[in-house]
Amino acid sequence: MSIGARETPPVLEVDGVSVSFGPRNILNNVSFEVRAGEFTGLIGSNGVGKTTLLRVILGLQSISSGSVRVLGAPLSRRSRALGYVPQKVLLDPDVPMRARDLVALGLDAHKFGFSRRSASERERVEEMLVAVDAESFADSRIGSLSGGEQQRVLIAHALVSNPKLLLLDEPLANLDPGSVQEVVALLHRVAKDHGVSILLSAHEMNALLPVMDRIVYVSNGQVASGTTDEVVRSDVLSKLYGHHVDVIQLHGRVFVVAEPGTSAEDVPEHPRYQVD
Amino acid sequence: MHVLLEPGFFSNAPVRTALLLGAVVAAVSAVVGVITVVRSQSFAGHALTDVATAGGSGAYYLGVGALWGFLGGSLAGAGAMELIGVQRVRRRDLATGIVLGAATGISALFLYLDTTVKATTGATQQILFGSIFSVSNSTVPYVAAFSGLVIMLMTIMRRPLLLTSLSSEIASSQGVRVRLVGVLFMLCLAVSVGLSSIAIGSILSTALLIGPAATALRVARSIAAATLLAIGLGIISAWIGILLAYDSFYWDPSSQGLPVSFFIVAICFVFYLFSSLVLARRRSHTTRRPVVTDFAFSAEGH
Amino acid sequence: MFTGFMVNAWQAGTIVAVVAGVVGFFVVLRGSAFPAHAIPNGAFAGAAGANLIGLNPLLGLGVFSALAALAIGRLGKRGRPDVATALALVLMLALGAAFLSQSTQYEPEIYSLLFGEILGVSSAQILPTLFLGLASVLAIAVLYRRLLLTSLLPDVAASKGVDPFRVDVMFLLVVALATTMTVPVVGALLIFSLMIGPPAAARTLTSRPGTALWLSVLFSLLTIWISIAASYQSNWPVGFYVGTISAVWYLSARTYVRAKLFLVLQRRII
Repeated sequence: MSIGARETPPVLEVDGVSVSFGPRNILNNVSFEVRAGEFTGLIGSNGVGKTTLLRVILGLQSISSGSVRVLGAPLSRRSRALGYVPQKVLLDPDVPMRARDLVALGLDAHKFGFSRRSASERERVEEMLVAVDAESFADSRIGSLSGGEQQRVLIAHALVSNPKLLLLDEPLANLDPGSVQEVVALLHRVAKDHGVSILLSAHEMNALLPVMDRIVYVSNGQVASGTTDEVVRSDVLSKLYGHHVDVIQLHGRVFVVAEPGTSAEDVPEHPRYQVD
Repeated sequence: MHVLLEPGFFSNAPVRTALLLGAVVAAVSAVVGVITVVRSQSFAGHALTDVATAGGSGAYYLGVGALWGFLGGSLAGAGAMELIGVQRVRRRDLATGIVLGAATGISALFLYLDTTVKATTGATQQILFGSIFSVSNSTVPYVAAFSGLVIMLMTIMRRPLLLTSLSSEIASSQGVRVRLVGVLFMLCLAVSVGLSSIAIGSILSTALLIGPAATALRVARSIAAATLLAIGLGIISAWIGILLAYDSFYWDPSSQGLPVSFFIVAICFVFYLFSSLVLARRRSHTTRRPVVTDFAFSAEGH
Repeated sequence: MFTGFMVNAWQAGTIVAVVAGVVGFFVVLRGSAFPAHAIPNGAFAGAAGANLIGLNPLLGLGVFSALAALAIGRLGKRGRPDVATALALVLMLALGAAFLSQSTQYEPEIYSLLFGEILGVSSAQILPTLFLGLASVLAIAVLYRRLLLTSLLPDVAASKGVDPFRVDVMFLLVVALATTMTVPVVGALLIFSLMIGPPAAARTLTSRPGTALWLSVLFSLLTIWISIAASYQSNWPVGFYVGTISAVWYLSARTYVRAKLFLVLQRRII
């Protein structure tokens, strides 16, 4: 497969990125890409650097080496190709702003000026609210919404300006399993309907297995990226972790089991154990 | 009626100037105040008033108009705060607290010099607590012009400002120039503080900045509605305050009347308390009762 | 400079500085800068009111400070702490102004209550000041561990049966007590400076709470002593020196720490 065979350039190219906070090396020579229209999971345990990586992509974190390209062009502050849903947003319960208003800000928050919103802009806002199933609380104060409802509003806000790539920082943490499924299904549907690529960070990959096209697995400041079949294997992950891990598939779910004390060389012949 | 509206109120020239000045200052304070409260920057607003005090008392000493002293001091304070760095919330309180202290010390010096060197009386009272009845007519056009500019700038910036106030990270990702917006807002805040110092004194101007704004935000449904309501409340507070102060000269023939700023502050406070009561009642009316029947159904068949 | 009425000024100043250093350390630790600014304003209104009725100003100071502390403690829990305290603070000042407007000594009274009158301290005031000062420091000593724990880890404190809210109210009352004795000396608007600047400087220089506490008292003492001496020489108000020197401590400490960091990094790179 040659490079010329690909029709569109990757939406995101991270190339040799390293980040350090003082003497601590958080990310070391990290490279991966996100292709157009794909759902990519950024998987790794807490504190491993996923949020840092997302912030690098957003241009909020400086890097000591490497480059980040969005749609083939280097990052610029005014790049409107990215949408972002952070992990936690403190929404003051007393601020008089409706869900609808917050989504509308996604269209024109960067603009100075006197203009009022046009009819087509308001329609677009309505469209996004419907897409995330938020019409029932569109006119409620954002501070009074539940965590899950707020999250949907933030997703609509990020999508309303038609970005090419949507970044979400740990959207599934702190959700019960039912809600996790709902959010994943929603994101998958919205991504397909609106042609948006998704890069979503999580510390647990099982909920994403049905929808994930590609995985970027983070550990020890490094990544392994590719399809789940390519990456979620004992040999690949053992090398990443630096010690032996077993990848076990059980009833369609994947478990990465670590056995501390064994070295990476003791890797079994088969990349994955089937237990059924 | 006679008690409320003492003779000569509307025919009195200083009163008419005061009414106009009060309305203009209340309006610009309300517009800036709504965003100040949303951004939880009340303390910064208060800190600026103390720097404005230093400016005002210095201007008095130099013989320059108080308005320019207030504006200059306020702007200098805003600049200093930006330089010292107002990133982490705790640091912000400390840093602004330090600026406050030095500025207050300088005010003490200037006011001392005002009374001893310049042998004027009433400097402390005028600078700190205002003297809306003795503002010269030539100052009013400047106040109106600056107020208009601030209101216009705030209107132009309203969307980036709103999003930044909610989450600077999201704003950044949307291409908003967070730092620029922050600096421009501080500019508006500084000018608004300077302007209201002329009307009700530098130390008390916080009331007009935050009172009507906080009250309106508790009651209104949107930021725009809150702004309009705040402007209304501010103007009413100012006008009733002026009226009562004028009347107070007549209540007790031997006294000198009570200061305008006292009345304005008290009215702002009363409005805020009132809105708290409204909010408390609203919350108690809308508590949902638990729906028990749903659980009964779902537990059984599924 | 060390005789006659100045003796009172030195004594009062020293007591005030020690109290400000100790109480201020916790004010900075708890981020209670704003309430610490508001309580003295309540004190101002109280003193003005007492002045009007003809009562001992200390009584007015004490009562209004305590009321302000309790009000802030309660308001801080519900709703927006910053707006509520801001409005109350300003109302206290306005009230004080209204009270004073009825007295004949309007102008000088405002000045001395707001900016202090340390050189006019009489010997009769020393003993009450000392007494209240000792009470404040003693209260802090008793609350020391609880204050530290609730300041840093309020949830952990709660799980150990120490109610952070109650500790907060008690602390604010101690601040009220400290305010009552310091306002006649340093003024309502400047006691804040003395309480914030030196402790903030101490904090940047060391991370050990005990050391920081001692340093904060030391800086505070130096501030008052230099201010009194300078005021005596130049005839300029003490408040001016207190305000500016406190700021100088803080800025110097921060610059010193930054410079040290810079040098350390330089050496590492080389």
